[in-house]
Amino acid sequence: MPPDHLLDDYVDPYDDPAARGRRHGPLRVGLGGPVGSGKTALAAALCRTLGAELDLAVVTNDIYTTEDADFLRRHAVLPDDRIEAVQTGCCPHTAIRDDITANLDAVELLEARHPGLELVLVESGGDNLTASFSYGLVDVQVFVVDVAGGDKVPRKGGPGVTASDLLVVNKTDLAPLVGADLDVMRRDAAAVRGGKPTLLISLREDPAATEVAAWVRQQLRSRAAQHA
Amino acid sequence: MTAALLALADSRLPAGGHTHSGGVEQAIVAGLVHDPRSLEVFLRRRLVTSGAVAAGAAAAAAREGGGAPADRRAGWARIDAETDARTPSPALRRASRQQGRGLVRVGRRAWPAAVWDDLPDRPHHPLALGVAAVAAGLGPDDAARAAAYLAVTGPATAAQRLLAMDPITVATVTARLGDEVDRVAAATSTTSTGISSRTPPGTSPGTSTGVSTGTTDGDGRDPDWLPADTDPLLDLLAEVHADRGDRYFAS
Repeated sequence: MPPDHLLDDYVDPYDDPAARGRRHGPLRVGLGGPVGSGKTALAAALCRTLGAELDLAVVTNDIYTTEDADFLRRHAVLPDDRIEAVQTGCCPHTAIRDDITANLDAVELLEARHPGLELVLVESGGDNLTASFSYGLVDVQVFVVDVAGGDKVPRKGGPGVTASDLLVVNKTDLAPLVGADLDVMRRDAAAVRGGKPTLLISLREDPAATEVAAWVRQQLRSRAAQHA
Repeated sequence: MTAALLALADSRLPAGGHTHSGGVEQAIVAGLVHDPRSLEVFLRRRLVTSGAVAAGAAAAAAREGGGAPADRRAGWARIDAETDARTPSPALRRASRQQGRGLVRVGRRAWPAAVWDDLPDRPHHPLALGVAAVAAGLGPDDAARAAAYLAVTGPATAAQRLLAMDPITVATVTARLGDEVDRVAAATSTTSTGISSRTPPGTSPGTSTGVSTGTTDGDGRDPDWLPADTDPLLDLLAEVHADRGDRYFAS
């Protein structure tokens, strides 16, 4: 075999020590979705519901500096030192997918500050239906849309709707008011999601986000089992 | 080698640069930048001031790469301190170290090399750029070119987003500055010709930065002879910007 085909000292260039380490670090959950669909409200609900049982922290990505971080602080769902806000340079989409440096910095800062961290929620800035997280930044991602945007949103698809690990359709309480058919949304989502779960919820009626919190617990359990 | 230089200067290299405006966000708020002409003026000013400082530090860092590990560690620590001395604004220091960390993160995997381990923690961005050049097999001239070029393209893209300018116009502004970028890179990577008038070797008042730098050998290895063309306007803009609660960019 020619010398350049010898693999004795071969170092896999795609083998990322950081990614390997992450199996033992906190589970990183991305929360993405259009503006106003309830990403921050969901992050706050998860903090309230899971905060007592899990060591957790949140990274927010705002249009401006700290809008969503301030919301979380105001609602006192987490101590200040467990919330990090990053600026996204007019491009929230880039910061969660194409160049995740600012978000990695924030996550690593939280991990260093809280060595026992079990869960980090990374809430993206509001974007459009094509927004999705790089798996270099998060382990699993939740895409949040809402009923008020119309019941055709799941049918329109886009990476957030089709490829997210969990699709959340929020504000089901508004369905009768906006003439949205929840059965249509459920059916259309199932058709494009290849068996991945969809939850139809109302954070107004269930401020604890019970079902989403249960899904997050399930993710933690399955990852623990996978790397046991 | 050229491909590695192009990769280092490419805005798509995921090193976090897209979240920094290089001062242009605050310059726009202050009314200093509002159209292509004023953008060109701002970019030229940034290029010959902080751009020259960055290019000089990047070239000096790349020059240290050939030494023994202990020498190179000491050299890079010294360049890091010298860059601090040339960056009086705490906000700009933070921004530089943040981008340095981002570049190290991608550089370590894109161009694996032992030299990365000799860098101080969270190095200044020009220092990281110089080390990336070493790791990628490039020289001091290339490191200076990348630094000078990035000093212009980062804020140009930020201005394009903030002012919703025609991207072709912004590309034209950047292209018009091409010769100036080359001139700054060439002048700063060899210390025999400076960007602006500086005290010539031999009459140096000494280590004004308080950092001991050893002998001046005239070949540019002494960080005392790094460009020091810091711009007070950029320092001021950065500090005002950092205090705002409604900024899009990290700096």
